[in-house]
Amino acid sequence: MRHGKARFVAGFLALPVALYLFYVVWPFVQAVAYSLTNWGGFSDTQEFVGLANYTKLIQDELVRKAFWHNVFFLVTVPLFTITLALFFAFLLNVGGRGNRAGIRGVFGSSIYKIIFFFPQVLSLVLVAIMWSAIYRGDGQGLLNGLLIKVGIVDPEQPVKFVSDPSPFLGVPTVLWWLLLIAVWGGVGFYMVLLSAAMQSIPRDIYEAALLDGASRVHTFFRVTLPLLRDTVSVAWVYLGFIALDMYALVFVMTPSQGGPDHASEVFASVIQFNAFQRGQFGYACAIAVALAIFTLLLAAVQLRITRRERIEF
Amino acid sequence: MSVIPDKSSDLTRRKLLGRAAAAGLLATPAASVLAACAGGSSGSKTNTGTKGPDNPFGVADNSKVDVVVFNGGLGDEYPKFDKTLFDGKHGKVTVNLSSTQKIKTEQQPKFSTTPADLINNSGADSMALDTLVNDGALTDLSPLLDAPSWDDANTKVRDTLLPGTVSDGTFSNTFYVMNYAYTVFGVWYDQALFDKNSWTVPTTFDEFFTLAAKIKAAGIAPFAFAGKYPYYMRWALMSWIWQAGGKQAMVDIDNLKAGAWKTPEVTSVISNVEKLVKDKLTLTGSDTLSHTESQQAWLDGKAAFLPVGTWVENEMRKTIPSAFKMKIANFWANSASDKAKGAVFAGSGEGWIVPKKAANAAGGMEFLRAMLSKAGSAKFAELTSSLASVKGSGDNVTNSTALKSANDVMKAASGDLVSFKHPDWYADIDKAEQNAIGELMAGRMTAAKFQDTMQAAADKVAADSSVKKQTRT
Repeated sequence: MRHGKARFVAGFLALPVALYLFYVVWPFVQAVAYSLTNWGGFSDTQEFVGLANYTKLIQDELVRKAFWHNVFFLVTVPLFTITLALFFAFLLNVGGRGNRAGIRGVFGSSIYKIIFFFPQVLSLVLVAIMWSAIYRGDGQGLLNGLLIKVGIVDPEQPVKFVSDPSPFLGVPTVLWWLLLIAVWGGVGFYMVLLSAAMQSIPRDIYEAALLDGASRVHTFFRVTLPLLRDTVSVAWVYLGFIALDMYALVFVMTPSQGGPDHASEVFASVIQFNAFQRGQFGYACAIAVALAIFTLLLAAVQLRITRRERIEF
Repeated sequence: MSVIPDKSSDLTRRKLLGRAAAAGLLATPAASVLAACAGGSSGSKTNTGTKGPDNPFGVADNSKVDVVVFNGGLGDEYPKFDKTLFDGKHGKVTVNLSSTQKIKTEQQPKFSTTPADLINNSGADSMALDTLVNDGALTDLSPLLDAPSWDDANTKVRDTLLPGTVSDGTFSNTFYVMNYAYTVFGVWYDQALFDKNSWTVPTTFDEFFTLAAKIKAAGIAPFAFAGKYPYYMRWALMSWIWQAGGKQAMVDIDNLKAGAWKTPEVTSVISNVEKLVKDKLTLTGSDTLSHTESQQAWLDGKAAFLPVGTWVENEMRKTIPSAFKMKIANFWANSASDKAKGAVFAGSGEGWIVPKKAANAAGGMEFLRAMLSKAGSAKFAELTSSLASVKGSGDNVTNSTALKSANDVMKAASGDLVSFKHPDWYADIDKAEQNAIGELMAGRMTAAKFQDTMQAAADKVAADSSVKKQTRT
C-alpha cells in the first residue's frame, strides 16, 4: 500500500518536475556551460576558455563597482523596508489604545492597509516611469516644482535626484533616491505579510502584557518581535533577492542606463551591457553565474544565522 | 510615451543598417559566388514587354505586380497614390497592393518560392538584410538607378536621389535596397519666436554665443537637450567635429588613430561646448531630462534651440502649440575657418526590396520608379511629414514648416554627409563616449578631461587584440 502511494505521488509530480527541469534548471546549466566559453551570442561558434571569464571578472572595475552598489542595496533595502513594515503592521494591529477593552489597530487601519499595498499592484516599469515624473530634474518635476514654490530649492539649481553621482555618506546620491523607491514599493507587501503573522499571535499574550502595564514600545520589543522572528527572516531573504536585482529602476530611470558615468551600475546592468551591447555572452554568463553563487551563499548564511528554537502557540 | 527613445528614433535603424553593411562586407566573397550561381539560372519567368523610355524594364502587358507595404509609422496610404500613377502609365498591368505589419512572418516562408514583386521590408518584424544579401535572395536594383526618371527621360533616377541614399542601400558593392524615407539631423527652433524677437539663426558658435545673450535676456534658455540619453547630444558633437576638422577628423576618430581626439579642431569644438554649459546657456536641469521631456520644454517655449532629428514633429504632434512654427537648421559651424562648413548630418531608411525570385521583378522596379517620381515623393512627404529620399520631395509641402525646412537644409547641403561609425563598431567606446558627454553637458567634466577620457577609451580598444577592428575611408 505504501509503495502504491509513493507511485501515486510521483505520478502527479512527474510533469511539474519535468517542466521545472526543462525550463528552469536546464537554462541554468546552459548558462554555466556558456560561462566557460567565449561565445559572442550571434554565431554558432564558440571556444572553451576554462575559467578565463571568471579571472577577468574579478579584475573588472565595472563588476567591482556594481558589486558594491548591490551590497549597498543588500544592506539598506531589507533594513529600511522591514523596519518600516514592522512599524506600520504593529500600528495597524495592536497600536490602537481606545478606551474600550481589547486589542486593535489605530483608527482606520483597514483603509491604511489597502493604501499601503497599492504600489505592489503596479508593474515595476510603471513605478519607475511614475517616479521619473516625481524626480524630474527641472522645475516641472513634482518634487522640484513643490520645493521651488516653497523656496527651499533654488530655481537655478534644482535637485538632480537620479542624475546626481556625487557621494552622500560615501555612496552615490542616485542610489539613495533609488533606495527610496524600492522601500516605498516594498513596504506595503511586507506590512501585510507581517500583519498576517501578527494576527496569528494569540491575543491573550497581549492582554496579559497589558494587564502587567506594559507600554506599546515594550509590547512590541518583548512580545511581538520575538514571535515574528521566522517571518522577518524569510522577508529578509526575499528582500535580499530584490536588492540584488534593482535592474528595472536602474534601466528606466538613470541616465545612460547605469549612469551618470557608471554611478548606478548594478550586476544586472553590467550583464545586460556585456551580453547585448558588447556581444560577449560568455562573459555575461560568467557574471550571472557569479551573482547566482553569491545569492545562494547569502540566503544560506541568512537562514542559518536566524535559525532558532521555534515557539509553538 | 516611449520610455527608451531608440525605439522610436532613427538610431536602431542606423545601427541595424551599419551592422548589416558590416556583415555584408565580411561576406563579400561568398555573396559574389552565390550571385554568380543565381545569375545563371534566373531568367525572368514572365514574358517581357517592349523596353522603352516609358517602360525601361519591359513590364509585360496583362502581367500583375504584387506589392507588400509595411503599415507602420508612415502608414499605408502613400503607395495607393503611387498605384494611381502606375496605372496611368501602364493601364494593362494589374497592381495588387496589400499591407501588413508582419513582413517577415508573411513573406519569409514564400521568399524562395513565390515571393511578392516588391516588399517594404521594415518594422520590428522585418527580414534581416545581411541574411538576404548573403543568400543572394535579392534583385540587383542598379538598373533602376540607371533608368530614366519618371518625370524626365533625360534624367536618370540616380540623379534624382538625395545624397547617401545609394550608399545606404548598397551591400557588397551592389545596390539592393531602395530606402525611401529620409531623416535629417540638426538644431530646431520656433520661427514664430525668432520673428517676434527678430533673432536670426546663427551659422557659427560665435554668432550663437552673441545671440544667446539676447535670448537669455528675454528669459528663455538658449539651448535644451536630452541629457538622460547622451547620444542625442552626440549627433551635435559629431557634426561639429566633422565641420571643424573635415571628413578626415571623423575618419581618424572612427579608425582609432592615435591623438584623433586631441587635434586643435576637436579641442576647439569641445571648448565651445564647455563654454555653452559653463556660461549657463543650457536649460536648467536639461542634463537630467529625457528626449520627450526636453522636447516638450522646448515646445513650451522654455528653450530656443534643441538638437534632434526630423522625426520630432511626428513624435510630439499631440502637444505642438498651434502658433509654433517648427523649423530645423543645420548644426551651426564651429568657426568661420571650418574645413567642412555646412556639412549636413542625414541618412535614408525604410527599405524596399525586390526578391530575386519575384515573378515580375520588372514590375516591382517599375513601381519603385513611380514611387520615386516627383508627384509620388511629394505625396509621401505630404501624407507622412517625412522627407522622401528624392530631391525636392518637400518643395510643395504647405502643411509642415518642419518638413519644408528640412527640405531646405538638404538643398543647401554641401560636400559629403556627416557620418560616424565608432559607436556602432565598439560598444566600449560608445559607453565611454555617452558617459563623457553626459558629464560634459552636466558641467562635471572639463573639455580637457573629456578629450583625455575619449582618447584613453579609443587607445584602450585600439590596443586590445581581442576586439575586431574595422576601418573606413
